[in-house]
Amino acid sequence: MEETKYMNPYLAGVLLGILLIATIYITGRGLGASGAIKSYAVTAVETVAPTHTANTKFYEEYGKEHAGGSPLMSWLVFEVTGVLIGAFLSGLISNRLDLKLEKGPHTTTRIRVAGALIGGLLWGVGSQLGRGCTSGAALSGMAVMSTGGIITMFAIFAGAYMFAYFFRKFWI
Amino acid sequence: MGPLVPDLISNNLNFIVALIIGILFGIILEQAGFSTSKKLVGLFYGYDFTVLRVFFTAGIVAMIGVMGLEHFGFVDINLVYVNPTFLWSAIVGGLIMGLGFVIGGFCPGTSVCAAAIGKIDAMIFIVGAFLGVLVFAEGYPLFEGLYKTSNWGSPRFFETLGMSQNIFAFIMVVFALAAFWFASMVENKVNGVTKPPIRLTPYYIGIASIGIIMALSAFVFPERKASLLDLIEDEKFVQSYKIETVSTDEFALCLLKIMECNKFQIFDFRHEEEFRKMSLPKSTLFTLDNLFEKEPNKLLNLKHKVNVFVANDELTEKKMAIIATELGYKRIQIVKGGLNAFKEEILNFQPIKNPKTIDEENINRFRSKAKVVIPILIQQNKSSGPVKKTQKRVVGGC
Repeated sequence: MEETKYMNPYLAGVLLGILLIATIYITGRGLGASGAIKSYAVTAVETVAPTHTANTKFYEEYGKEHAGGSPLMSWLVFEVTGVLIGAFLSGLISNRLDLKLEKGPHTTTRIRVAGALIGGLLWGVGSQLGRGCTSGAALSGMAVMSTGGIITMFAIFAGAYMFAYFFRKFWI
Repeated sequence: MGPLVPDLISNNLNFIVALIIGILFGIILEQAGFSTSKKLVGLFYGYDFTVLRVFFTAGIVAMIGVMGLEHFGFVDINLVYVNPTFLWSAIVGGLIMGLGFVIGGFCPGTSVCAAAIGKIDAMIFIVGAFLGVLVFAEGYPLFEGLYKTSNWGSPRFFETLGMSQNIFAFIMVVFALAAFWFASMVENKVNGVTKPPIRLTPYYIGIASIGIIMALSAFVFPERKASLLDLIEDEKFVQSYKIETVSTDEFALCLLKIMECNKFQIFDFRHEEEFRKMSLPKSTLFTLDNLFEKEPNKLLNLKHKVNVFVANDELTEKKMAIIATELGYKRIQIVKGGLNAFKEEILNFQPIKNPKTIDEENINRFRSKAKVVIPILIQQNKSSGPVKKTQKRVVGGC
Protein backbone atom coordinates (compact mmCIF):
# COMPACT_ATOMS: atom_id res chain seq x y z
CA MET A 1 0.00 0.00 0.00
CA GLU A 2 1.28 3.42 -0.83
CA GLU A 3 1.73 6.34 1.52
CA THR A 4 -1.22 8.66 1.50
CA LYS A 5 -0.72 12.25 0.52
CA TYR A 6 -0.20 14.96 3.09
CA MET A 7 -3.00 17.23 4.13
CA ASN A 8 -3.50 20.55 2.39
CA PRO A 9 -1.22 22.95 4.29
CA TYR A 10 -3.83 25.68 4.68
CA LEU A 11 -6.37 23.22 6.00
CA ALA A 12 -3.80 21.82 8.42
CA GLY A 13 -3.00 25.39 9.46
CA VAL A 14 -6.64 26.19 10.16
CA LEU A 15 -7.04 23.00 12.20
CA LEU A 16 -3.88 23.73 14.14
CA GLY A 17 -5.08 27.29 14.75
CA ILE A 18 -8.42 26.04 16.07
CA LEU A 19 -6.64 23.56 18.33
CA LEU A 20 -4.52 26.39 19.67
CA ILE A 21 -7.59 28.55 20.34
CA ALA A 22 -9.21 25.66 22.19
CA THR A 23 -6.03 25.10 24.19
CA ILE A 24 -5.89 28.74 25.26
CA TYR A 25 -9.60 28.77 26.10
CA ILE A 26 -9.40 25.63 28.19
CA THR A 27 -6.02 25.93 29.85
CA GLY A 28 -4.99 29.58 29.53
CA ARG A 29 -1.74 28.62 27.91
CA GLY A 30 -0.52 27.68 24.46
CA LEU A 31 1.13 24.65 22.96
CA GLY A 32 4.77 23.75 23.50
CA ALA A 33 7.44 21.16 23.07
CA SER A 34 10.91 22.10 24.29
CA GLY A 35 9.67 22.48 27.86
CA ALA A 36 9.02 18.76 28.02
CA ILE A 37 12.59 17.99 26.96
CA LYS A 38 13.73 20.37 29.68
CA SER A 39 11.61 18.53 32.25
CA TYR A 40 13.20 15.24 31.29
CA ALA A 41 16.68 16.76 31.37
CA VAL A 42 16.14 18.20 34.84
CA THR A 43 14.70 14.91 36.10
CA ALA A 44 17.61 12.96 34.68
CA VAL A 45 20.17 15.16 36.40
CA GLU A 46 18.18 15.11 39.64
CA THR A 47 18.18 11.32 39.58
CA VAL A 48 21.81 10.86 38.65
CA ALA A 49 23.34 13.66 40.69
CA PRO A 50 20.96 15.00 43.33
CA THR A 51 23.64 16.97 45.18
CA HIS A 52 24.64 18.62 41.95
CA THR A 53 21.15 19.93 41.24
CA ALA A 54 20.90 21.24 44.77
CA ASN A 55 24.04 23.31 44.26
CA THR A 56 23.54 24.59 40.76
CA LYS A 57 21.76 27.85 40.15
CA PHE A 58 19.88 26.78 37.05
CA TYR A 59 18.17 23.85 38.79
CA GLU A 60 17.57 25.94 41.84
CA GLU A 61 15.70 28.54 39.80
CA TYR A 62 13.87 25.84 37.91
CA GLY A 63 12.76 24.33 41.21
CA LYS A 64 11.47 27.69 42.39
CA GLU A 65 9.47 28.27 39.23
CA HIS A 66 8.00 24.79 39.19
CA ALA A 67 7.39 24.32 42.86
CA GLY A 68 5.91 21.06 44.06
CA GLY A 69 6.06 17.66 42.54
CA SER A 70 8.34 16.06 40.05
CA PRO A 71 9.28 18.05 36.92
CA LEU A 72 7.65 15.24 34.98
CA MET A 73 4.23 16.11 36.39
CA SER A 74 4.04 19.04 34.03
CA TRP A 75 1.50 20.01 31.44
CA LEU A 76 4.00 19.91 28.59
CA VAL A 77 5.26 16.44 29.42
CA PHE A 78 1.71 15.14 29.08
CA GLU A 79 1.13 17.17 25.95
CA VAL A 80 4.30 15.92 24.27
CA THR A 81 3.44 12.34 25.23
CA GLY A 82 0.20 13.02 23.39
CA VAL A 83 2.13 14.27 20.36
CA LEU A 84 4.03 10.99 20.27
CA ILE A 85 0.81 9.00 20.38
CA GLY A 86 -0.99 11.23 17.90
CA ALA A 87 1.83 11.29 15.38
CA PHE A 88 2.22 7.52 15.67
CA LEU A 89 -1.50 6.97 15.04
CA SER A 90 -1.41 9.35 12.11
CA GLY A 91 1.63 7.60 10.65
CA LEU A 92 -0.12 4.28 11.12
CA ILE A 93 -3.25 5.41 9.31
CA SER A 94 -1.33 7.02 6.47
CA ASN A 95 1.15 4.21 6.12
CA ARG A 96 4.22 6.20 7.00
CA LEU A 97 5.58 4.08 9.85
CA ASP A 98 9.11 3.14 8.90
CA LEU A 99 12.31 2.96 10.88
CA LYS A 100 14.76 4.92 8.77
CA LEU A 101 17.32 7.66 8.79
CA GLU A 102 16.38 10.41 6.43
CA LYS A 103 19.03 12.59 4.80
CA GLY A 104 19.61 14.87 1.86
CA PRO A 105 20.61 13.29 -1.46
CA HIS A 106 24.24 14.41 -1.34
CA THR A 107 25.20 13.77 2.22
CA THR A 108 26.48 10.83 4.23
CA THR A 109 24.82 9.09 7.12
CA ARG A 110 27.64 10.18 9.40
CA ILE A 111 27.10 13.85 8.57
CA ARG A 112 23.35 13.49 9.00
CA VAL A 113 23.80 11.94 12.44
CA ALA A 114 26.22 14.66 13.50
CA GLY A 115 23.94 17.33 12.03
CA ALA A 116 20.89 16.02 13.88
CA LEU A 117 22.81 15.84 17.14
CA ILE A 118 24.36 19.32 16.84
CA GLY A 119 21.13 20.81 15.52
CA GLY A 120 19.26 19.37 18.49
CA LEU A 121 21.91 20.69 20.84
CA LEU A 122 21.56 24.17 19.40
CA TRP A 123 17.79 23.96 19.86
CA GLY A 124 18.32 22.88 23.44
CA VAL A 125 20.36 25.98 24.19
CA GLY A 126 18.40 28.33 21.92
CA SER A 127 14.99 27.35 23.28
CA GLN A 128 16.18 28.17 26.80
CA LEU A 129 17.35 31.61 25.74
CA GLY A 130 14.23 32.19 23.64
CA ARG A 131 12.04 30.86 26.45
CA GLY A 132 10.33 28.48 24.08
CA CYS A 133 10.65 26.96 20.65
CA THR A 134 8.62 27.16 17.47
CA SER A 135 5.52 25.93 19.30
CA GLY A 136 5.86 27.53 22.72
CA ALA A 137 7.36 30.87 21.79
CA ALA A 138 6.70 31.47 18.11
CA LEU A 139 3.27 29.93 17.45
CA SER A 140 1.67 30.38 20.86
CA GLY A 141 3.36 33.78 21.15
CA MET A 142 1.77 34.86 17.88
CA ALA A 143 -1.66 33.71 19.03
CA VAL A 144 -1.55 36.01 22.05
CA MET A 145 0.52 38.62 20.19
CA SER A 146 3.31 38.41 22.73
CA THR A 147 6.17 40.77 21.89
CA GLY A 148 8.82 38.29 23.00
CA GLY A 149 7.19 35.40 21.16
CA ILE A 150 6.93 37.26 17.87
CA ILE A 151 10.52 38.55 18.13
CA THR A 152 11.70 34.99 18.75
CA MET A 153 9.69 33.80 15.77
CA PHE A 154 11.28 36.31 13.41
CA ALA A 155 14.71 35.58 14.88
CA ILE A 156 14.27 31.84 14.21
CA PHE A 157 13.32 32.45 10.59
CA ALA A 158 16.05 35.08 10.17
CA GLY A 159 18.67 32.76 11.67
CA ALA A 160 17.62 29.87 9.47
CA TYR A 161 17.73 31.94 6.28
CA MET A 162 21.03 33.54 7.32
CA PHE A 163 22.75 30.20 7.81
CA ALA A 164 20.86 28.16 5.19
CA TYR A 165 23.39 28.82 2.46
CA PHE A 166 26.28 27.34 4.44
CA PHE A 167 24.51 24.07 5.05
CA ARG A 168 22.88 23.62 1.64
CA LYS A 169 24.93 20.48 0.98
CA PHE A 170 23.06 18.84 3.83
CA TRP A 171 19.79 19.07 1.99
CA ILE A 172 20.04 19.79 -1.74
CA MET B 1 -15.52 32.70 31.35
CA GLY B 2 -12.31 31.01 30.30
CA PRO B 3 -9.72 29.82 30.89
CA LEU B 4 -11.53 26.79 32.27
CA VAL B 5 -8.51 25.69 34.29
CA PRO B 6 -8.47 25.61 37.29
CA ASP B 7 -12.17 26.28 38.04
CA LEU B 8 -14.12 24.03 35.75
CA ILE B 9 -11.25 21.72 35.01
CA SER B 10 -9.07 20.74 37.94
CA ASN B 11 -5.31 20.70 37.68
CA ASN B 12 -5.25 16.93 37.59
CA LEU B 13 -7.85 16.67 34.88
CA ASN B 14 -5.77 19.24 33.03
CA PHE B 15 -3.10 16.58 32.50
CA ILE B 16 -5.62 14.44 30.68
CA VAL B 17 -6.61 17.50 28.65
CA ALA B 18 -2.90 18.01 27.87
CA LEU B 19 -2.65 14.44 26.63
CA ILE B 20 -5.69 14.83 24.37
CA ILE B 21 -4.52 18.17 23.02
CA GLY B 22 -1.10 16.63 22.42
CA ILE B 23 -2.63 13.74 20.47
CA LEU B 24 -4.52 16.15 18.23
CA PHE B 25 -1.40 18.30 17.87
CA GLY B 26 0.60 15.24 16.85
CA ILE B 27 -2.00 14.11 14.33
CA ILE B 28 -2.19 17.53 12.70
CA LEU B 29 1.60 17.94 12.53
CA GLU B 30 2.08 14.49 11.09
CA GLN B 31 -0.72 14.84 8.57
CA ALA B 32 0.67 18.18 7.45
CA GLY B 33 4.00 16.53 6.71
CA PHE B 34 6.02 17.82 9.62
CA SER B 35 7.48 14.38 10.27
CA THR B 36 10.17 14.60 7.64
CA SER B 37 13.17 16.89 7.87
CA LYS B 38 13.43 17.21 4.10
CA LYS B 39 10.01 18.79 3.97
CA LEU B 40 10.67 20.97 7.01
CA VAL B 41 13.84 22.63 5.78
CA GLY B 42 12.32 23.03 2.32
CA LEU B 43 11.28 26.56 3.12
CA PHE B 44 14.88 27.62 3.67
CA TYR B 45 15.94 26.33 0.27
CA GLY B 46 12.81 27.32 -1.58
CA TYR B 47 11.58 23.90 -2.73
CA ASP B 48 8.78 23.31 -0.23
CA PHE B 49 6.99 25.97 1.78
CA THR B 50 4.55 23.68 3.58
CA VAL B 51 5.88 24.68 6.99
CA LEU B 52 5.48 28.36 6.29
CA ARG B 53 1.90 27.86 5.10
CA VAL B 54 0.82 25.70 8.01
CA PHE B 55 2.62 27.81 10.57
CA PHE B 56 1.36 31.22 9.50
CA THR B 57 -2.16 30.00 8.80
CA ALA B 58 -2.32 28.52 12.30
CA GLY B 59 -0.82 31.67 13.77
CA ILE B 60 -3.30 34.09 12.25
CA VAL B 61 -6.30 31.82 12.82
CA ALA B 62 -5.37 31.51 16.49
CA MET B 63 -4.64 35.21 16.80
CA ILE B 64 -8.01 36.23 15.37
CA GLY B 65 -9.69 33.51 17.42
CA VAL B 66 -8.18 34.71 20.67
CA MET B 67 -9.24 38.26 19.80
CA GLY B 68 -12.74 36.96 19.27
CA LEU B 69 -12.78 35.08 22.58
CA GLU B 70 -11.61 38.21 24.35
CA HIS B 71 -14.08 40.43 22.53
CA PHE B 72 -17.08 38.33 23.46
CA GLY B 73 -15.84 37.93 27.02
CA PHE B 74 -15.24 34.19 26.76
CA VAL B 75 -11.74 34.48 28.07
CA ASP B 76 -10.05 36.71 30.61
CA ILE B 77 -6.90 37.67 28.75
CA ASN B 78 -5.27 38.67 32.04
CA LEU B 79 -5.20 35.02 33.02
CA VAL B 80 -3.76 33.80 29.75
CA TYR B 81 -0.04 33.18 29.59
CA VAL B 82 1.73 35.80 27.50
CA ASN B 83 5.35 34.90 26.84
CA PRO B 84 7.64 37.35 28.61
CA THR B 85 9.92 39.55 26.58
CA PHE B 86 13.65 39.56 27.21
CA LEU B 87 14.76 41.32 24.06
CA TRP B 88 18.34 40.12 23.54
CA SER B 89 17.75 36.68 24.90
CA ALA B 90 14.86 36.27 22.46
CA ILE B 91 16.89 37.46 19.49
CA VAL B 92 20.04 35.46 20.22
CA GLY B 93 18.03 32.40 21.21
CA GLY B 94 16.01 32.69 18.00
CA LEU B 95 19.10 32.94 15.84
CA ILE B 96 20.64 29.90 17.52
CA MET B 97 17.42 27.98 16.95
CA GLY B 98 17.45 29.07 13.30
CA LEU B 99 20.98 27.73 12.93
CA GLY B 100 19.88 24.54 14.63
CA PHE B 101 16.98 24.28 12.18
CA VAL B 102 19.16 24.22 9.05
CA ILE B 103 21.74 21.94 10.63
CA GLY B 104 19.39 19.53 12.37
CA GLY B 105 16.39 19.70 10.08
CA PHE B 106 13.82 19.76 12.88
CA CYS B 107 12.45 21.87 15.65
CA PRO B 108 11.57 20.18 18.98
CA GLY B 109 7.86 19.62 18.28
CA THR B 110 8.40 18.24 14.82
CA SER B 111 11.26 16.04 15.98
CA VAL B 112 8.96 14.33 18.48
CA CYS B 113 6.44 13.89 15.71
CA ALA B 114 9.00 12.42 13.31
CA ALA B 115 10.52 10.18 15.98
CA ALA B 116 7.05 8.75 16.61
CA ILE B 117 6.85 7.38 13.08
CA GLY B 118 10.34 5.93 13.23
CA LYS B 119 12.69 8.60 11.91
CA ILE B 120 16.09 7.80 13.42
CA ASP B 121 17.50 11.24 12.67
CA ALA B 122 14.67 12.73 14.71
CA MET B 123 15.50 10.49 17.67
CA ILE B 124 19.12 11.64 17.49
CA PHE B 125 17.90 15.23 17.31
CA ILE B 126 15.92 14.76 20.52
CA VAL B 127 19.02 13.38 22.24
CA GLY B 128 20.84 16.48 21.02
CA ALA B 129 18.15 18.80 22.36
CA PHE B 130 18.30 16.98 25.68
CA LEU B 131 22.07 17.52 25.82
CA GLY B 132 21.56 21.14 24.77
CA VAL B 133 19.42 21.80 27.83
CA LEU B 134 22.16 20.26 29.98
CA VAL B 135 24.74 22.47 28.29
CA PHE B 136 22.59 25.47 29.09
CA ALA B 137 22.06 24.31 32.67
CA GLU B 138 25.74 23.69 33.34
CA GLY B 139 26.82 26.82 31.53
CA TYR B 140 24.07 28.86 33.14
CA PRO B 141 26.47 31.35 34.81
CA LEU B 142 27.74 32.11 31.31
CA PHE B 143 24.29 32.60 29.82
CA GLU B 144 22.62 34.22 32.80
CA GLY B 145 23.56 37.80 31.93
CA LEU B 146 22.12 37.51 28.45
CA TYR B 147 19.19 35.44 29.68
CA LYS B 148 17.96 38.07 32.09
CA THR B 149 18.92 41.34 30.44
CA SER B 150 16.42 43.87 29.05
CA ASN B 151 13.36 42.43 30.74
CA TRP B 152 10.31 44.14 29.24
CA GLY B 153 7.74 42.19 31.23
CA SER B 154 4.99 40.51 29.22
CA PRO B 155 3.83 43.13 26.76
CA ARG B 156 1.80 42.33 23.69
CA PHE B 157 3.27 43.45 20.41
CA PHE B 158 0.66 46.07 19.60
CA GLU B 159 1.26 47.61 23.03
CA THR B 160 4.99 47.73 22.39
CA LEU B 161 4.37 49.42 19.06
CA GLY B 162 1.66 51.63 20.49
CA MET B 163 -0.94 50.74 17.87
CA SER B 164 -4.40 49.27 18.14
CA GLN B 165 -4.78 45.54 18.37
CA ASN B 166 -6.87 45.48 15.21
CA ILE B 167 -4.37 47.24 13.01
CA PHE B 168 -1.61 45.00 14.26
CA ALA B 169 -3.67 41.87 13.57
CA PHE B 170 -4.54 43.19 10.12
CA ILE B 171 -0.86 43.78 9.36
CA MET B 172 0.01 40.27 10.49
CA VAL B 173 -2.67 38.72 8.28
CA VAL B 174 -1.61 40.77 5.27
CA PHE B 175 2.00 39.86 5.97
CA ALA B 176 1.07 36.17 6.07
CA LEU B 177 -0.90 36.39 2.83
CA ALA B 178 1.99 38.18 1.12
CA ALA B 179 4.36 35.48 2.41
CA PHE B 180 2.09 32.75 0.96
CA TRP B 181 2.03 34.43 -2.41
CA PHE B 182 5.77 35.04 -2.45
CA ALA B 183 6.45 31.49 -1.30
CA SER B 184 4.38 30.05 -4.15
CA MET B 185 6.37 32.04 -6.66
CA VAL B 186 9.74 30.98 -5.25
CA GLU B 187 8.60 27.39 -4.95
CA ASN B 188 7.56 27.24 -8.60
CA LYS B 189 10.79 28.82 -9.74
CA VAL B 190 12.99 26.48 -7.72
CA ASN B 191 11.03 23.40 -8.76
CA GLY B 192 10.86 24.53 -12.38
CA VAL B 193 7.09 24.74 -12.51
CA THR B 194 6.03 27.12 -15.24
CA LYS B 195 2.41 27.46 -14.25
CA PRO B 196 1.66 30.89 -12.80
CA PRO B 197 1.65 30.61 -9.01
CA ILE B 198 -1.83 31.99 -8.64
CA ARG B 199 -4.51 30.87 -11.02
CA LEU B 200 -8.20 31.54 -11.20
CA THR B 201 -9.19 28.10 -10.06
CA PRO B 202 -11.82 27.60 -7.37
CA TYR B 203 -9.05 26.45 -5.01
CA TYR B 204 -7.07 29.66 -5.24
CA ILE B 205 -10.14 31.86 -5.28
CA GLY B 206 -11.32 30.08 -2.16
CA ILE B 207 -8.03 30.54 -0.35
CA ALA B 208 -7.74 34.17 -1.40
CA SER B 209 -11.27 35.00 -0.26
CA ILE B 210 -10.79 33.26 3.08
CA GLY B 211 -7.60 35.26 3.45
CA ILE B 212 -9.38 38.52 2.75
CA ILE B 213 -12.15 37.64 5.19
CA MET B 214 -9.49 36.88 7.80
CA ALA B 215 -7.77 40.21 7.16
CA LEU B 216 -11.04 42.10 7.52
CA SER B 217 -12.12 40.15 10.53
CA ALA B 218 -9.15 41.66 12.31
CA PHE B 219 -11.39 44.71 12.59
CA VAL B 220 -14.48 42.88 13.74
CA PHE B 221 -13.14 42.26 17.19
CA PRO B 222 -11.97 45.49 18.72
CA GLU B 223 -10.36 45.13 22.08
CA ARG B 224 -13.34 45.04 24.35
CA LYS B 225 -12.19 47.40 27.00
CA ALA B 226 -10.94 50.00 24.56
CA SER B 227 -14.18 50.01 22.60
CA LEU B 228 -16.36 50.24 25.70
CA LEU B 229 -14.26 53.08 27.03
CA ASP B 230 -14.79 54.87 23.73
CA LEU B 231 -18.48 54.26 24.08
CA ILE B 232 -18.80 55.98 27.44
CA GLU B 233 -16.83 58.97 26.22
CA ASP B 234 -19.84 59.88 24.13
CA GLU B 235 -21.89 62.14 26.39
CA LYS B 236 -25.09 61.91 24.42
CA PHE B 237 -24.92 58.17 24.44
CA VAL B 238 -24.37 58.12 28.19
CA GLN B 239 -27.27 60.47 28.75
CA SER B 240 -29.70 58.53 26.63
CA TYR B 241 -28.70 55.19 28.11
CA LYS B 242 -31.25 53.88 30.56
CA ILE B 243 -29.91 52.59 33.87
CA GLU B 244 -32.20 52.01 36.79
CA THR B 245 -31.57 54.61 39.49
CA VAL B 246 -32.49 54.47 43.15
CA SER B 247 -33.06 57.65 45.09
CA THR B 248 -30.87 58.48 48.05
CA ASP B 249 -33.79 57.64 50.36
CA GLU B 250 -34.27 54.25 48.80
CA PHE B 251 -30.56 53.66 49.02
CA ALA B 252 -30.55 54.67 52.70
CA LEU B 253 -33.45 52.30 53.31
CA CYS B 254 -31.55 49.57 51.56
CA LEU B 255 -28.57 50.21 53.81
CA LEU B 256 -30.75 50.09 56.91
CA LYS B 257 -32.16 46.76 55.85
CA ILE B 258 -28.98 45.33 54.45
CA MET B 259 -28.21 43.34 57.56
CA GLU B 260 -31.51 41.54 57.31
CA CYS B 261 -31.89 40.96 53.64
CA ASN B 262 -29.03 40.02 51.46
CA LYS B 263 -30.62 41.23 48.28
CA PHE B 264 -28.32 44.17 47.73
CA GLN B 265 -24.66 44.10 46.83
CA ILE B 266 -22.84 47.39 46.76
CA PHE B 267 -19.94 47.93 44.39
CA ASP B 268 -17.88 50.94 45.29
CA PHE B 269 -15.97 52.53 42.42
CA ARG B 270 -14.21 55.23 44.41
CA HIS B 271 -10.49 55.36 45.07
CA GLU B 272 -9.18 52.91 47.54
CA GLU B 273 -8.20 55.62 50.06
CA GLU B 274 -11.70 57.04 50.14
CA PHE B 275 -13.06 53.57 50.48
CA ARG B 276 -10.79 52.87 53.42
CA LYS B 277 -11.95 56.03 55.17
CA MET B 278 -15.63 55.37 54.74
CA SER B 279 -17.05 52.21 53.35
CA LEU B 280 -20.69 51.30 53.25
CA PRO B 281 -21.88 48.09 54.91
CA LYS B 282 -21.37 45.02 52.78
CA SER B 283 -19.79 46.94 49.99
CA THR B 284 -16.96 45.80 47.80
CA LEU B 285 -14.28 48.00 46.36
CA PHE B 286 -14.33 47.61 42.62
CA THR B 287 -12.38 49.06 39.74
CA LEU B 288 -13.01 49.43 36.07
CA ASP B 289 -10.51 46.65 35.40
CA ASN B 290 -12.34 44.32 37.76
CA LEU B 291 -15.34 44.43 35.46
CA PHE B 292 -13.33 42.66 32.79
CA GLU B 293 -11.77 40.04 34.99
CA LYS B 294 -12.87 36.52 35.67
CA GLU B 295 -12.59 36.27 39.42
CA PRO B 296 -14.32 39.53 40.50
CA ASN B 297 -17.09 38.89 38.03
CA LYS B 298 -18.40 35.98 39.99
CA LEU B 299 -19.87 38.48 42.44
CA LEU B 300 -21.72 40.34 39.74
CA ASN B 301 -23.24 37.15 38.48
CA LEU B 302 -24.80 36.03 41.76
CA LYS B 303 -28.44 35.24 41.25
CA HIS B 304 -31.25 37.15 42.98
CA LYS B 305 -28.91 39.97 43.91
CA VAL B 306 -29.33 43.58 42.96
CA ASN B 307 -25.99 45.15 42.16
CA VAL B 308 -25.83 48.77 43.24
CA PHE B 309 -22.94 50.72 41.76
CA VAL B 310 -21.77 53.70 43.78
CA ALA B 311 -19.20 56.42 43.17
CA ASN B 312 -18.90 60.02 44.23
CA ASP B 313 -20.85 61.35 41.27
CA GLU B 314 -23.67 59.89 39.29
CA LEU B 315 -21.87 60.16 35.98
CA THR B 316 -19.09 57.79 37.03
CA GLU B 317 -21.68 55.40 38.43
CA LYS B 318 -23.56 55.51 35.19
CA LYS B 319 -20.51 54.92 33.04
CA MET B 320 -19.52 51.88 35.07
CA ALA B 321 -23.08 50.63 34.97
CA ILE B 322 -23.20 51.03 31.19
CA ILE B 323 -19.99 49.02 30.80
CA ALA B 324 -21.33 46.32 33.10
CA THR B 325 -24.63 46.21 31.23
CA GLU B 326 -22.85 46.05 27.88
CA LEU B 327 -20.79 43.19 29.26
CA GLY B 328 -24.05 41.40 29.88
CA TYR B 329 -24.53 41.80 33.62
CA LYS B 330 -28.06 42.22 34.86
CA ARG B 331 -29.88 43.90 37.75
CA ILE B 332 -27.58 46.88 37.97
CA GLN B 333 -28.70 50.04 39.69
CA ILE B 334 -27.05 53.31 40.53
CA VAL B 335 -27.66 55.88 43.25
CA LYS B 336 -29.18 59.12 42.07
CA GLY B 337 -26.68 61.92 42.49
CA GLY B 338 -23.99 59.54 43.62
CA LEU B 339 -22.48 59.35 47.07
CA ASN B 340 -22.07 63.12 47.12
CA ALA B 341 -25.81 63.49 47.09
CA PHE B 342 -26.16 60.70 49.59
CA LYS B 343 -23.83 62.43 52.04
CA GLU B 344 -25.51 65.76 51.50
CA GLU B 345 -29.09 64.55 51.77
CA ILE B 346 -28.80 61.76 54.31
CA LEU B 347 -25.61 61.82 56.30
CA ASN B 348 -25.56 65.60 56.69
CA PHE B 349 -29.30 65.97 56.66
CA GLN B 350 -30.69 69.21 58.00
CA PRO B 351 -34.36 68.75 58.87
CA ILE B 352 -36.81 70.78 56.85
CA LYS B 353 -38.06 73.51 59.10
CA ASN B 354 -41.81 73.73 59.57
CA PRO B 355 -42.72 70.77 57.36
CA LYS B 356 -45.88 71.60 55.53
CA THR B 357 -46.87 68.35 53.95
CA ILE B 358 -46.97 64.79 55.14
CA ASP B 359 -44.25 63.97 52.66
CA GLU B 360 -41.90 66.48 54.17
CA GLU B 361 -42.67 65.15 57.63
CA ASN B 362 -41.93 61.66 56.50
CA ILE B 363 -38.67 62.78 54.96
CA ASN B 364 -37.72 64.45 58.20
CA ARG B 365 -38.52 61.42 60.23
CA PHE B 366 -36.82 58.91 57.98
CA ARG B 367 -33.68 60.89 57.22
CA SER B 368 -33.15 61.89 60.83
CA LYS B 369 -33.23 58.24 61.76
CA ALA B 370 -30.99 57.24 58.88
CA LYS B 371 -28.55 59.98 59.75
CA VAL B 372 -28.03 58.39 63.14
CA VAL B 373 -28.10 54.73 62.23
CA ILE B 374 -26.10 54.61 59.00
CA PRO B 375 -22.89 56.13 60.44
CA ILE B 376 -23.03 53.42 63.10
CA LEU B 377 -23.34 50.78 60.43
CA ILE B 378 -20.41 52.34 58.61
CA GLN B 379 -18.40 52.25 61.81
CA GLN B 380 -19.24 48.64 62.44
CA ASN B 381 -18.60 47.69 58.91
CA LYS B 382 -15.66 45.54 58.30
CA SER B 383 -15.39 46.16 54.63
CA SER B 384 -14.68 43.34 52.30
CA GLY B 385 -11.88 45.37 50.80
CA PRO B 386 -10.67 45.27 47.26
CA VAL B 387 -11.47 42.18 45.31
CA LYS B 388 -8.51 39.92 45.81
CA LYS B 389 -7.00 38.41 42.76
CA THR B 390 -6.95 34.83 43.82
CA GLN B 391 -5.96 33.55 40.45
CA LYS B 392 -2.63 33.91 38.80
CA ARG B 393 -1.60 33.52 35.26
CA VAL B 394 -0.83 30.03 34.20
CA VAL B 395 2.85 29.31 33.87
CA GLY B 396 3.22 28.35 30.26
CA GLY B 397 5.86 28.40 27.61
CA CYS B 398 8.68 26.00 27.34
